[in-house]
Amino acid sequence: MQRLILIAVPYAWLLALFLVPFLIVFKISLSDVELAIPPYTPTLSDGLIQFFQALDFENFAFLASDDLYWKAYLSSLQIALISTLLTLLVGYPMAYGMARAPEEWRPTLMMLVILPFWTSFLIRVYAWMGILSQEGFLNQFLLWTGLIGEPLTILNTTTAVYIGIVYTYLPFMILPIFAALDRLDGSLIEAAEDLGCSRFQAFWLVTIPLSRNGIVAGSFLVFIPALGEFVIPSLLGGSGTLMIGKVLWEEFFNNRDWPVASAVAVILLLILIIPIVLFQRNQQKQAEAEQ
Amino acid sequence: MPESVFAPWDDPSEEPLIRFRNVTKQFGDFTAIDDLTLDIFEREFFALLGPSGCGKTTMMRMLAGFETPTSGVIELAGQDIAPVPPNKRAVNMMFQSYALFPHLSVYENIAFGLRRGNMPKHDIDDRVAEMLKLTRLEKFARRKPHQISGGQRQRVALARSLAKAPKLLLLDEPLGALDAKLRQATQFELMDIQEKTGTTFVIVTHDQEEAMTVASRVAVMDEGRIMQVATPEHIYEAPESVYVADFIGDVNIIRGTATPLGEQRYSISHSADAPPLVAVSERPFATDQTCHLAIRPEKVSIHAERPDGADNAVQGTVLDIAYLGNISTYHVALPDGQVIKAQTANTRRVSRRSFTWEDTVWLSWTATAGVLLAQ
Repeated sequence: MQRLILIAVPYAWLLALFLVPFLIVFKISLSDVELAIPPYTPTLSDGLIQFFQALDFENFAFLASDDLYWKAYLSSLQIALISTLLTLLVGYPMAYGMARAPEEWRPTLMMLVILPFWTSFLIRVYAWMGILSQEGFLNQFLLWTGLIGEPLTILNTTTAVYIGIVYTYLPFMILPIFAALDRLDGSLIEAAEDLGCSRFQAFWLVTIPLSRNGIVAGSFLVFIPALGEFVIPSLLGGSGTLMIGKVLWEEFFNNRDWPVASAVAVILLLILIIPIVLFQRNQQKQAEAEQ
Repeated sequence: MPESVFAPWDDPSEEPLIRFRNVTKQFGDFTAIDDLTLDIFEREFFALLGPSGCGKTTMMRMLAGFETPTSGVIELAGQDIAPVPPNKRAVNMMFQSYALFPHLSVYENIAFGLRRGNMPKHDIDDRVAEMLKLTRLEKFARRKPHQISGGQRQRVALARSLAKAPKLLLLDEPLGALDAKLRQATQFELMDIQEKTGTTFVIVTHDQEEAMTVASRVAVMDEGRIMQVATPEHIYEAPESVYVADFIGDVNIIRGTATPLGEQRYSISHSADAPPLVAVSERPFATDQTCHLAIRPEKVSIHAERPDGADNAVQGTVLDIAYLGNISTYHVALPDGQVIKAQTANTRRVSRRSFTWEDTVWLSWTATAGVLLAQ
């Protein structure tokens, strides 16, 4: 009985906070748009039989026929993949440096990684607009040093989106990698060198494989939210940046087409399920390995 | 000296494999190794023995290449090894924590070092198979380190460090993580493997019994200096200082002043109201020089009556009896308060104990039983 309750609590949680909202969104995606409140039909007040008869997959067919949507999905996947890779390239050396730093330095370094969270995410993205714009700090600095003759256009390009995503999600990459590297026994590296590895070989053959779980966890923690990211592309990206989060927003708030927007959200969720399942498996394997 | 005795350190024509020459190592203000000179010969099983912090691990890490001496020279086969990085040295190390790669199987761990060279694949396979056989791990080749026992892990670490056939194998407290029974069995296994492969072994340990069991020679270290280097028998029977005598095994130390009696015999007065003791010493002592007589408990015999003709006999009362199964140790207090330990072997199974607490007994030992030490 106790065990049943123990299992029931998380499942009830999952049901209330994930499954029910998902079913509501899924139902809307099967509805038709209408100028009303709520802006779709049918609703349960139409009677049960009519309600189910009126549901169809029209919106999904529409998404498949209009190339805007699958282009947005693909472009989101591409941006999420590239920015995950960039975050890894920036984050790994930072995590490595932190793990190698003297013991008394680590809390400070850790603090510096977490510190940006003390400011609102939105404000930090706005700050990047100030840095990256034509007359922003970056351009002024580069002009002052004489490296460039005229200001660069960074804001409202995909580059700005990459910068924004890397900056925002960096801590999510650093922390799991740091945790993995911190646990790494230093004598393993010495053993590798003792057995004939150069410094680089020891890093490649021992450090990287043994921090693999941290790399995988960090990459998913960046990739999954970056795929549906809306604020960063809408504030830093220009019209050329096509991301599904932005499309979703426009369908909801500009077109007020809730059924199509819901269909977009359902497909986004289906795409995300694959990496989420992979991430969970990685976490589970890690937990088993530690036993 | 017969041909079969292995003692290259007594042969002046023999070139040492490793030569420490006035090596000093400092970490900031702390001197870990203090002007140390030492020769280790090929095929030796050399033990560095000392309490923690005595510098033995630092010496080993300098041999492996993880530390460089602050001053002085370390030579391996006549070559200064200071500029050679660890991955280019013909030296392999077995780590105290074993440092097995957790993501690789037993087979891949052993092959790890071989794959760094340009050895052909089937030669690697042969060599790994040979190592697996030597350490009796054939059945575990596919397992990961966390799927085998501590003793097996220890053997994987040994196989991995031996796979590249190093000129010198360093073992850092190799048996520290094993329980007493397994430890003893592994000690003999180590000696066996050392003999089979003919590799020079340098072992670091704080366990004097382990050092005595496996080593051809033992260096007793303290505070970055070597106190004595000798064979286990020599270290035990002829220690050069009170520190060494006390560090290795159990010992009674009687402090007194020496008076030469001629023919290397000395009379030692140690207490105002007790007759002087007699000891033989090759080391000369001047009249009234302070000396320490070190006697192993097993060389002191215990009697109910004053024994006739003994060189030394003292009377005391039994303070404590430690029964260890095979032997019993009696702690006997002399009238001046000094406690002398005497050991007797329990050769009969159910024997009535001859002495009990508070009994007055006589202790005796011969003039050659003890070692007379200046410091």
